Amino acid sequence: MKPIKSNAGSLNRRSFLKAGTLGGTATALAAAVGLGHAPANQGTPLLAEPSPTPTAEAEAQHHHGSDPSGSVGEIAPTAFDPSAFLEAFDQGVVTSENGRTVRTWKVLALNKDIEVAPGVWFPAWTYNEQVPGPTFRARAGDLVRFDFFNATPHPHTIHFHGFHPPSMDGVSPMVEPGNTFLYEFEAQPFGLHLYHCHVMPLKRHIHKGLYGAFLIDPPEARPPAREMVMVMNAFDTNLDGENEVYAVNTVAFHYMKHPIRVRVGEPLRIYLVNLTEFDLVNSFHLHASMFRLYRTGTQLEHFEFTDTVTMGQGERHVLEFSLDHPGQYMFHAHQSEFAELGWMGLFEAVEA
Amino acid sequence: MKVRSPSSPRRPFPHWLTWLVPVAALAGLLVLLAVADLPQALRADLPPLEILSFERIDLTDSGFRAVVVNGGPVPVTIAQVTVDDAFWSFTIDPGPTLPRLGRATITIPYPWVFSEPHRLRLLTSTGLTFDGEVQVAVETPTPGLDQLVAYALVGGFVGIVPVALGLLFYPAMRRLGRKALNAILALTVGMLAFLLIDTGQEALEVAGHLPGVLQGVALVLLSALLTWLALLAVASRRRPTETSGGMPLGLYVAWMIAFGIGLHNLGEGMAIGAAFTLGEAGLGSFLIVGFTLHNITEGVGIAAPLTPGRTGLPPGFRPGLRTFVGLTLLAGAPAIVGAWVGGFAFSFLVAAVALGVGLGAIWQVIIEVGRLLRDDAARHSEAVVTWPNLLGFAAGTAVMYVTALLVTV
Repeated sequence: MKPIKSNAGSLNRRSFLKAGTLGGTATALAAAVGLGHAPANQGTPLLAEPSPTPTAEAEAQHHHGSDPSGSVGEIAPTAFDPSAFLEAFDQGVVTSENGRTVRTWKVLALNKDIEVAPGVWFPAWTYNEQVPGPTFRARAGDLVRFDFFNATPHPHTIHFHGFHPPSMDGVSPMVEPGNTFLYEFEAQPFGLHLYHCHVMPLKRHIHKGLYGAFLIDPPEARPPAREMVMVMNAFDTNLDGENEVYAVNTVAFHYMKHPIRVRVGEPLRIYLVNLTEFDLVNSFHLHASMFRLYRTGTQLEHFEFTDTVTMGQGERHVLEFSLDHPGQYMFHAHQSEFAELGWMGLFEAVEA
Repeated sequence: MKVRSPSSPRRPFPHWLTWLVPVAALAGLLVLLAVADLPQALRADLPPLEILSFERIDLTDSGFRAVVVNGGPVPVTIAQVTVDDAFWSFTIDPGPTLPRLGRATITIPYPWVFSEPHRLRLLTSTGLTFDGEVQVAVETPTPGLDQLVAYALVGGFVGIVPVALGLLFYPAMRRLGRKALNAILALTVGMLAFLLIDTGQEALEVAGHLPGVLQGVALVLLSALLTWLALLAVASRRRPTETSGGMPLGLYVAWMIAFGIGLHNLGEGMAIGAAFTLGEAGLGSFLIVGFTLHNITEGVGIAAPLTPGRTGLPPGFRPGLRTFVGLTLLAGAPAIVGAWVGGFAFSFLVAAVALGVGLGAIWQVIIEVGRLLRDDAARHSEAVVTWPNLLGFAAGTAVMYVTALLVTV
């Protein structure tokens, strides 16, 4: 009798049918292989060949169904716009008390469905109806006030990183549904911070979207540059404890479909915050250039000159660089899985 | 115009009215249900339950082609597709929103890797995910005349050839004594008992892959029950008594066995067809050897009730060539159909029903053959379970079990 091939292991009709559990016919028969030939397929490697398609082209491709990579389609035009968020700094309502600058913000906690990839809606908990929340910006020494109202069915708080009295720490009191709380403290120290809800269970309260960047400028402003905020975040859409969608500023692949237009040689500054839940670290990698890295932004001398920075949850850094040739520069998480699940974008440098 | 006089006896309702009243009441009830929308009151704010199932995944030279079914109570919109944890482009036909029990074909250009596993994941508009596994990536052959013929040959070799080989034992079996023949009938029962269990397991596994709304297990069991009852009904009309003439009982039983085995071979053919879809030639021939050995006993089982002296068969009974060819085709040819279905159009729904029918048929055949043995034992005032019969039964199960090992490994 014919010797049985060792790799012909589980071949029977039952294992075939079992193997077909989710896949149907073509999935089965683990043994059917290893006898084979090289694959004849040519595909589109996602990272090697980006699809820097402007909106109209991307849409056209979607309609023809031939978008080579990334998510298919566009988010609703009325939804949160990551391109606008990128350069939106909320300085608050500025007044003066005893010669001191006072900044006041109204912050509203509200439940809202947000679109995290075209057609994929996530039941978020938001500050001011957006995820990430607004980028609050003050100068070191300002008195800052956050007038917080909780319009959701769950208790929430705002926990700011930085210096403040423990009573302003946003752990207790919990702000019950329908209640308000006024957070008031001096903006210190300068640097790039963040804020988020600190009600247990923390994982859920943060991951659902209650977070944002809190920027305190140094007394003497940083050198002029075009400034942007990038909050690295992710969404566990099926609530299994793992993220399905990764992004910078919430919408998967947004800056792939809408590259960030900059001028060649223009000084650029990115305020980069990691608020990815469920994964230990996230990272930022810039193609074809290097950046000066200011860890936490609390010192004015750069810490490192690099093209990749890896950050734990809650870490944030300031990145400064310029792009010296015209063309498209990719940036993405250097965890390729995160990149291919949405955390990937493009700068497009054009001559002035 | 007729006017009923008060003194005349009450006229009964017209016949049609006796139907109209309950039908109208039923219609009213349905309207009431729709208007009141009681389920809505109970549902409150519960999130919709989305259920998508992959029916099959084909691998083409340019990527995947997946057929998915919405087995849940609400329409589902497929928003994005990831392959191996990467968002990927796709097109979906007829559209991304699947109504209840709706079906869509998703085409995904993807550079899959030969022999490696892949995972397709659908993200719905609500963020739920549904996964389809490709355990071993091999290109799915496209149907063509060559493939059709090849599958027919394979099905024929696995289904028809072994049955014919088994029937070749018939002349030898004619010379056997009564007890030896009974032992062979018992062997048939043992073999059928194995097939019953085997087919039952397969049917239930297939049923498990169906969307819940299709109630796979109920489908299998009801297919089996209905088949059995249908065969009983056929028997009540056509099975001759010893006095009524017509088809002799032994011949009838042989046809029944062939029918039951045929349905079993249909399932076997489906598996083989799919195997050949994926497998290489060496592997295929290995499978053929296993299944062929496995199936030879089937011919012996079919021939057993045809031996003279059996119920209704005169001592000089000699079935014609046409009978043997017919029995062979009935038992073996379904393997060809199965191979085609398995290779080109596998569907868990069809498979579940077919295997359910096979279950019912095999069960009925066991009863019929058992009755042959029992009647014979009664005529000779013997017990049914004699040592030769028990040995035959055990041999039947053992042969099937051992040859099944060849394809289970």
